[in-house]
Amino acid sequence: MYSLSSYRLMTGNEAAAFAVKQADVDFISAYPITPQTIIVERLSEYVSSGELDAEFVPVESEHSALSACIGASLAGARVFTSTSSQGLALMHEILYIASGMRCPIVMAVANRALSAPLNIHGDHSDIMGSRDAGWVLVFCENPQEVYDYTIQAFRLAEHPDILLPVAVNLDGFTVSHSSEPVSILEDGVVRSYLPRRERPRLDFEEPASFGVFALPTHYFEFKVEQEKALRRAGEVLEEVSAAYPNRAGRLVKLSKFNEDGRIAIICLGGTAGTVRHVLKHYDMKDFSLISLKLFSPFPAEGLLDALNEAEGVVVMDRATSPGAPLPPLASNVAASLYEAGARLPLMSVVYGLGGREPTLKMIVEMLEKARERMIRGGPGVSRMYLGYGGG
Amino acid sequence: MQVSKLADLYGREGLSPGHSACQGCGATIAVRQVLLAAEPPYIVVSPTGCLEVISTPYPFTAWRVPWVHVAFENAAAVASGIEAALKVLERKGVGRRHKVIVIAGDGGTFDIGLQALSGAFERGHNILYVCYDNEAYMNTGIQRSAATPPGSITTTTPAGKRERKKDIVSILVGHGSPYVATASPHLWKDLTNKVRKAQSIEGPTFLHIIAPCPRGWYFEPHLTIKLAKLAVETRIFPIYEVENGRYRINYLITRPRPVEDYLRVQNRFAYLLKPENAALLEEFKRWVEERWSQLLKMAGAFPA
Repeated sequence: MYSLSSYRLMTGNEAAAFAVKQADVDFISAYPITPQTIIVERLSEYVSSGELDAEFVPVESEHSALSACIGASLAGARVFTSTSSQGLALMHEILYIASGMRCPIVMAVANRALSAPLNIHGDHSDIMGSRDAGWVLVFCENPQEVYDYTIQAFRLAEHPDILLPVAVNLDGFTVSHSSEPVSILEDGVVRSYLPRRERPRLDFEEPASFGVFALPTHYFEFKVEQEKALRRAGEVLEEVSAAYPNRAGRLVKLSKFNEDGRIAIICLGGTAGTVRHVLKHYDMKDFSLISLKLFSPFPAEGLLDALNEAEGVVVMDRATSPGAPLPPLASNVAASLYEAGARLPLMSVVYGLGGREPTLKMIVEMLEKARERMIRGGPGVSRMYLGYGGG
Repeated sequence: MQVSKLADLYGREGLSPGHSACQGCGATIAVRQVLLAAEPPYIVVSPTGCLEVISTPYPFTAWRVPWVHVAFENAAAVASGIEAALKVLERKGVGRRHKVIVIAGDGGTFDIGLQALSGAFERGHNILYVCYDNEAYMNTGIQRSAATPPGSITTTTPAGKRERKKDIVSILVGHGSPYVATASPHLWKDLTNKVRKAQSIEGPTFLHIIAPCPRGWYFEPHLTIKLAKLAVETRIFPIYEVENGRYRINYLITRPRPVEDYLRVQNRFAYLLKPENAALLEEFKRWVEERWSQLLKMAGAFPA
């Protein structure tokens, strides 16, 4: 039996920090950047007050933050970092090395737009620019999910069949800075959910070389093995989440609302809450909502099951992929449909860039357009910029 | 413990034979000396560079000690993470402390790795950072670095480098490092004692070692140690240490050999020695003299 110790009013950032404290991490290294800064501020307070026995290394850049995390992880520590936007972009080189060296680092990404122009507000451009770095990518809808998924991320990352880094994404400001009551587990419950597991580490008595170079004779095999491990994470996730004591907080691949809706809205992160509200309160029974929690490995199978009865899909991307046929999420959905031989009409919606939050009115407008295009227009791909003011 | 004979060294060869370094590689001689002196248990961190490439072509490794490479510009950051992590793991009873030694080339230290190096030294991690200085990017085929001396020909300075060499020691002294020293593989006792001394001091310490490179400096491989010696005896590479800001010259060269003795045996300085480039040679000599007299002044400020 588990017991919830209490509810606490927390922002997404505070929920991330609290989960990391309960996970008893050994090492944190980070650099300040809006909107994730509060995560590392809280963690520094926990370390400074002795509530968390860890080393906090305040480095001189995000590049060094992730580099220090790799060193600490290879020394055997449980490691956490967090960043946003330009910080994630600066880490880009090291993101691939963290996954290639199979370091089970957990990182919170408070998603924010990328320069230029400079913008500190929310969108998914940062993490979508790093989606091929080989990390497990999890998206949270609210502070409760940030708390629950961060704890489960450690167990998934450290699973001996996986050993890969996990990025827990929370929308900049809308999730990172919004407060809500978060149901938390007791410290001891989290500790027993996250036992320490041995893995290869740097040690003088058993010397090993980490981060060697591989010629064309071996490199390919390294990368494919790594990709297989990432795919396995989808299966292992079920085991990891099934063991999570708070049933309501289990990290699922996706959640569905309005099962009977004929047109499915697919989105990531906090926007799902806004869409759900519209479907609930504006009598939109012909739409269903699929809130994806796992973006990588992409849960194609689960998504196709969820789309079984659908007659059309609306895919909401909070990032663009300039020059590509479709933005990131729409592209993954289209590829999954193609693989299943399903030719559903697909409306690709790009919204919310640089913090232009989708209002209820905007969502209603999107749904009306979808209805018009799909029901009257027939199969095919259409595109829309939601909330865009230009011509 | 002071090293006065070979038997005083720990004797665990960190780098095994069979690696693919060029004949006469100064860097691997320096690494061997450093690791024979280093106090176990330790972990070695290397950035990308010659040393990494010659020692770890998968599935082989020349390292008999724990070793890690992550990228080019971040060795000091990786070392920071290892050092701090082992502290807490020991405290929690799930790991034990190791000494952490970075062994990096001049490109990974003077240029691309300078920010991470500065960060690690400012934060005061307990690490020994060793720079084997072969004075250019040798791994990519001899391009200039901030450590390349003036007048030297590289593939990106075909008419000789015009700028002086960056004074890395002063930069690290400026960070408040408790121990910064230079060394040369021809003075193995001095070098190994400096490793011991650096490791006995709490905080970030730095060892700058000259590492002649036959391929990149264009000299015959059997001359490596002789060139290191000539660099010191011409005052081009002074051997000194700075302990808590106090400068001490370990090899006071009272009668320096002419710099030409050093320049002549390396084709990288062929351009500098042409009669029409006498002005450049003069500038090279000025650089050597100015640095030496500055060093004398600094050392003179702290009488023994």
